[in-house]
Amino acid sequence: MNIGRATVPKSVRRTCFKVMPNTQEIGYNTKVEGDVTITTVDAVLNWFRKNSVWPMPMGLACCAIELMAAGASRFDISRFGSEVMRFSPRQSDLMIVAGTVTYKMALAVKRIYDQMPDPKWVIAMGACASTGGMYRSYSVLQGVDNIIPVDVYVAGCPPRPEALLDALIKIQGKIAKEPVLSRPRLVEQPA
Amino acid sequence: MTSTEKANQLREQFGDLISEPSEFRGEVTIELGDVQRIAEVCAYAKKEQGFDYLVDLSSVDNYGDDPRFTLVYELYGYGHGCHLRLKADLSEEVGEAPTVTGVWRTADWHEREVYDMMGIRFAGHPDLRRILMWEGYPFYPLRKDFPLAGRPTDMPDVAFSDKAPLEGGPFVTSAGAQDAEAGEPRAKQVD
Repeated sequence: MNIGRATVPKSVRRTCFKVMPNTQEIGYNTKVEGDVTITTVDAVLNWFRKNSVWPMPMGLACCAIELMAAGASRFDISRFGSEVMRFSPRQSDLMIVAGTVTYKMALAVKRIYDQMPDPKWVIAMGACASTGGMYRSYSVLQGVDNIIPVDVYVAGCPPRPEALLDALIKIQGKIAKEPVLSRPRLVEQPA
Repeated sequence: MTSTEKANQLREQFGDLISEPSEFRGEVTIELGDVQRIAEVCAYAKKEQGFDYLVDLSSVDNYGDDPRFTLVYELYGYGHGCHLRLKADLSEEVGEAPTVTGVWRTADWHEREVYDMMGIRFAGHPDLRRILMWEGYPFYPLRKDFPLAGRPTDMPDVAFSDKAPLEGGPFVTSAGAQDAEAGEPRAKQVD
């Protein structure tokens, strides 16, 4: 109720309170619905998973410096839930292959990937991990996707930390869409 | 004492084995007539002349010339601050040189790299195995008859290597080009 200031005397103005319309709808009103949300199990599990993606940094070369920068305070990766860079594959969800993968190292990368428990995702960070980069030679694996399945590729040499965070957000989007309980399972066929 | 004086001292000690020192831009090089005596020369250089640091040990492939390989030893002494380069030719039939790990322990890895990349063996080396490529790699990559893209190996369960896609050859920039477009990396014309 908009009363013009000139028409109301000062003494009355202070005693009148403006009635504010209720514009603060949150989504549901706890007083109406109670502290209960209806959702799907898939959505909840994926929400937990995507907001706590613990990376396993396979930092092999220069991209590892940008990975460290992404983990440091300016481009904080723990804002996205990746609080710990677990160097143990057994305790991580996401392997970030940051750097040139030589053939000799490829054996170790494959082994570490195999040691990660499901569900796991892989970011190929930088040109060398995606396609071999500028190293077209006898010793460099032309892309880490020759040995492990990659979910997101990040272009750059090296990519900026913001690009790596964008890749992490894409991984989070991918995790959100994953059918957890309704995933088709491989059934062992009798030989 | 300068490097030339030290080189002449070596000549006095070993006689015809050591050549006349040649100098280029302040760097003194002497050549050895017989590579099988390199350990003796290096031991004298370290103990009597104070060359206590083996800066580098590398090899050159003179593909097409008769002693196919040349071993290059770069010596330095912290006490006197003189550099000295020793060169010794090694033919492909012999293919083996004495090790200098008894003189400088750092030669261990340098000789492993020379063995890995060029195929020159070192007699008396404590642990002569490949250092950059994986064990069992059948080729010597830095020889001039080995292509940059590599050759496919037939050890699929240990490691694997296919030829890297070169897309028309190694890309090199042309130095001294007028503008940025002319200086872009193009496929090098290999004659």
